[in-house]
Amino acid sequence: MSLLSLSQVEVHYGGIRALKGVSMEVRAGELVALIGANGAGKTTTLRAIAGLARATGGIRFDGQSLLGQAPHAIARSGIALVPEGRGVFAQLTVDENLAMGAYSRGDRAAIEKDREHVLSLFPRLAERLTQTAGTLSGGEQQMLAIGRALLSRPRLLLLDEPSMGLAPLLVDRIFEVIRRVSAEGVTMLLVEQNANLALEVASRAYVLENGEVSISGSAADLLGNPKVQAAYLGIEG
Amino acid sequence: MDTFLQQVVNGLTLGAVYAVVALGYTMVYGIVQLINFAHGEVVMIGCMVAFTVIVALASAGLPPMLVLALGALAAIAVCMAVGYGIERVAYRPLRNAPRLAPLITAIGLSIVLQHLALLVWGRSYIAFPQIIEVKLYRLGNAETSATISNVQIAIVVASAVMMAALLALVYRTRMGIAMRATSQNPAVAGLMGIDVNRTIAQTFLIGAALGAVAGVMVGAYYGIAHYQMGFMLGLKAFSAAVLGGIGNLAGAVLGGLLMGLIEAMGAGYMGDFTRVCTLDTLLPGFAEACASNPDASLLGSNYKDVYAFIVLILVLVFRPSGLLGERVGDRA
Ligand SMILES: Nc1ncnc2c1ncn2[C@@H]1O[C@H](COP(=O)(O)OP(=O)(O)O)[C@@H](O)[C@H]1O
Ligand SMILES: [Mg+2]
Repeated sequence: MSLLSLSQVEVHYGGIRALKGVSMEVRAGELVALIGANGAGKTTTLRAIAGLARATGGIRFDGQSLLGQAPHAIARSGIALVPEGRGVFAQLTVDENLAMGAYSRGDRAAIEKDREHVLSLFPRLAERLTQTAGTLSGGEQQMLAIGRALLSRPRLLLLDEPSMGLAPLLVDRIFEVIRRVSAEGVTMLLVEQNANLALEVASRAYVLENGEVSISGSAADLLGNPKVQAAYLGIEG
Repeated sequence: MDTFLQQVVNGLTLGAVYAVVALGYTMVYGIVQLINFAHGEVVMIGCMVAFTVIVALASAGLPPMLVLALGALAAIAVCMAVGYGIERVAYRPLRNAPRLAPLITAIGLSIVLQHLALLVWGRSYIAFPQIIEVKLYRLGNAETSATISNVQIAIVVASAVMMAALLALVYRTRMGIAMRATSQNPAVAGLMGIDVNRTIAQTFLIGAALGAVAGVMVGAYYGIAHYQMGFMLGLKAFSAAVLGGIGNLAGAVLGGLLMGLIEAMGAGYMGDFTRVCTLDTLLPGFAEACASNPDASLLGSNYKDVYAFIVLILVLVFRPSGLLGERVGDRA
C-alpha cells in the first residue's frame, strides 16, 4: 500500500510541458530518491505534490486525491516540503520560523517536545533562536528549513536539493540528519542532483529525464546501472 | 510659546488619528503590496455609521459614554464587513494581475464607496452630535493659554491602546506571526499550513476596524462629517505611512505623529511667516492689499492640507523607503 502515488502527472508552464506523464510511488517508511539533471523536472514534481504547481493526472496521498487542493490543505494532511533555496522567512527569528512549522498543530506539549528534538538534531539553531533567519549562513538556513518542516510532524517529507550550495562538511551533517530522521520512521522523497549521496541513503530511486521517468529501481540496482553511472555518478563506462 | 504648546497638543491629537489610519494602509501594503486607496472611505463610513447610531440613540436616555461605545461598535462591525467585501470582491480576483490593475480598482472602489455614502447620508455636511460635554484643561502654569480637551485626551489614549494592541497581535501571537510570514513569502506560508487567503482577509478586517475607530475619533474631534471626508484624510494618512516607510508598523505610527505635528505647526505658523504686510518695504506690490487687511498673509491656515503633500514629495525624492523602511521597492 503506497502512501504517495503519482500516475501520469503532467505539468505545463505556459507552453512548456515540464512533466510529461510522471508515475511513481512512495510507500510508508521508505526513503525514495528522485535524481536527474538540471531542468529535468524534479522541483516541478515536488511542487505538483505540494499544490504549488497545477497538475493533471493523478496524485494520491493516503488514498486521498491531492489534485486541486490548496497548498495549506495539503500541508495539513501531513505533507511537508522543504523547498529549493530553503524558503526560510528571512525577517522572522529562528524561533518564529520553527513556530510556523508547527502552525497547523494544537498539541502544545508535543510541539515543545518536537522542538527540543529538532534543536538536538541541529544544536546550531539552538544558539541562534532569537536571530532573524536572514542572518544565518546557507547551511544554517537549510537546517532551519528541515527543522521547521519536521515540526509539522509530517507523514511525508519532501526535500528539494538539501545539499545545494553547501560546503562538503555541512552536506555530511545534513545527510546524517536525513538518515536519522528516516530511521525514526519519517517517509521521505528526496530530490538531489548529487546522485551519489542520494543513492547512498535511499532504498529506491527514480531517474527523471526531460519530464519523464527514464529509470527506476532499488538504490543498489541504480548504483550498478552503467547508464546511471555514466550520466549521474561520474563513473566512465 | 502658547501657540507652540497648543499646536503640539493639536498636532499630536491629529497625528494619533493619522497614525491609526496609516496602520491600515501599511498593514495591507505589507501583506499584499497593494495601496488600498479605498481605506479613506472605510474611515468615512465608520464616521457616518457612528453618527447614525448616536443620533438614533441620543434621545433614548442612555449614558453618553454607552451611546458613543455603541456607535463605535456599530462602525467597527460595518467597516469590517466593508473591508472584507473590498478584499473579496475587488482585490482577491486580481491578486496575480499586473500591479496597475488593483491600483485602478482601488481608486474606482473609493469612488463607488463615496457615492454609496452620498446616497445614504446625503451631500451636505453633517453635524456630528457632541454627546460628550467638552472640557478644557489648561496646560502648564497659569500664564499659558494652551489647553487640552477631554476629547483630545481620549483620542490620544485610545490610539495608543490600539497601536499597542496591534503591535502585540502582530509580534506576539500565532496569527500575527502567520501574517508576517505571509507578507514575506506567501507560497512558503502556504506550505506551513497557513491559509493565505484567510490571513490576507484577517489583515483587511483589522485594518478596517482600526479605520472605523479613526472615523469615530475624527467625527468627535471636528464635530462634522461629510461623504468626501475620507479622501483628504486617506491621502494624508497614506502620506504618513510613506513617510514612516510603507509596510512598517512602527513607521506608520511615527509617520502619523510627524504628519500631525507638521500640519499643526504649518497651520499655526506659516501664516505669521508669510504675513506680507510686515514685509511691505520689500514687496511694495502688496501695499493695496495691506491697506484693506493689515493681517493679510500668503499661506494662512487654509493651506494646512498642503503640508502633507509637500512632505510626501520630499520623501519620495530624498528617501523613498521612508524613515524606518528598509526595502526600497520596485514593488510599490
Ligand atoms: N516557473 C516556471 N516557468 C516556466 N518554466 C519553468 C518554471 N519552472 C520550471 N520551468 C521549466 O520546467 C522545467 C523543469 O524545471 P524544474 O522542475 O525546476 O527542474 P529541476 O528541478 O529538475 O532542475 C525546466 O525546463 C524549467 O526551465
Ligand atoms: Mg530543482
